Amino acid sequence: MADILGAEVDEEGFLVDLGDWTKEIAEKMAKDDDVDLSDEHWDVINFLRDYFEEYQIAPAVRVLTKAIAKRMGKDKGNSKYLYSLFPYGPGKQGCRFAGLPKPTGCI
Amino acid sequence: MATKKFMYLNRRSSFGTIYAIESLEVVLIAAAFEQDVSLAFIDDGVYQIVEGQNADGIGMKNFSKTFHALGDYDINKLYVSAESLEERGLSADDLMPLVYEDEDDDWAEKPSIKVVFNVELSKIMSEQDVCLSF
Amino acid sequence: MLHIVNKSSFERNSLKSCLNTIDDTSVMLLIEDGVISAAKNTNAPMIADLAVQGRVYALQGDVEARGISSKLADNIKLVGYAGFVDLVVEHGTAVSWV
Repeated sequence: MADILGAEVDEEGFLVDLGDWTKEIAEKMAKDDDVDLSDEHWDVINFLRDYFEEYQIAPAVRVLTKAIAKRMGKDKGNSKYLYSLFPYGPGKQGCRFAGLPKPTGCI
Repeated sequence: MATKKFMYLNRRSSFGTIYAIESLEVVLIAAAFEQDVSLAFIDDGVYQIVEGQNADGIGMKNFSKTFHALGDYDINKLYVSAESLEERGLSADDLMPLVYEDEDDDWAEKPSIKVVFNVELSKIMSEQDVCLSF
Repeated sequence: MLHIVNKSSFERNSLKSCLNTIDDTSVMLLIEDGVISAAKNTNAPMIADLAVQGRVYALQGDVEARGISSKLADNIKLVGYAGFVDLVVEHGTAVSWV
């Protein structure tokens, strides 16, 4: 089984147990993807974690975009901005850094 | 892609079988394809949206919380059988207050749940392109 | 004997089958979707007599998971997992109406 800092991950790099998540794991995952985590990244990661806590799912990109626009403004709640932070997709890559499962309906 | 009307019939309670959570999963996937999705809760399915579920004691995920996200997925037509509620000693007040924000009405918060009698539900079902029962 | 019912009485006839064969000294434990029969609903009369005699138990975790803690029928005794074990020990043969 593959692992990141001792935490088990699946074949696509998502944490198997989201209880294993730490900031260090997020930073390691980002580093492996050549992403430097900025405050803007953390805003999205924290948002995703809050969303999961409240609704027990990782949101679809469309829903994530809309929800971020509502909470943080339109300049951040648009896919261009979110893809600039997470080039492999705010859903797929963002959720992975946040320790969440892959979003439902995400291929 | 042409939009079709999908209705998901939820007939079983949340934790005893896999049907309820599988249905919800499929509903979320269908919503990602921007189809016209509605849900019906009949028979023991009405227990899926009862307020105050706490799954800590059985070590399972309390996915009743996920129903609160459906509004964000533009799923805002949740029909609940009045007869099924009554049989189980339940009323609309026992259900979770599920809402959505109406884009065409300045994002006003509106209830997603509508309690209907079976005769009305059967009419709504006949208007669908696809009905899937779980 | 201990009779364990884990299906909703609205969906399966296992509660009915159990009631057909339960004797005067046996007790019933409702678990999983079986706890739906412990709620105040139109099927509650099925087990009302048994409950009055203090012979109907329901597993607390399953009751809470289904949001029916405040809607229980009269005389239902709640037990946790430890209480479940006690019932098995106390009543000998257990039958699961799966």
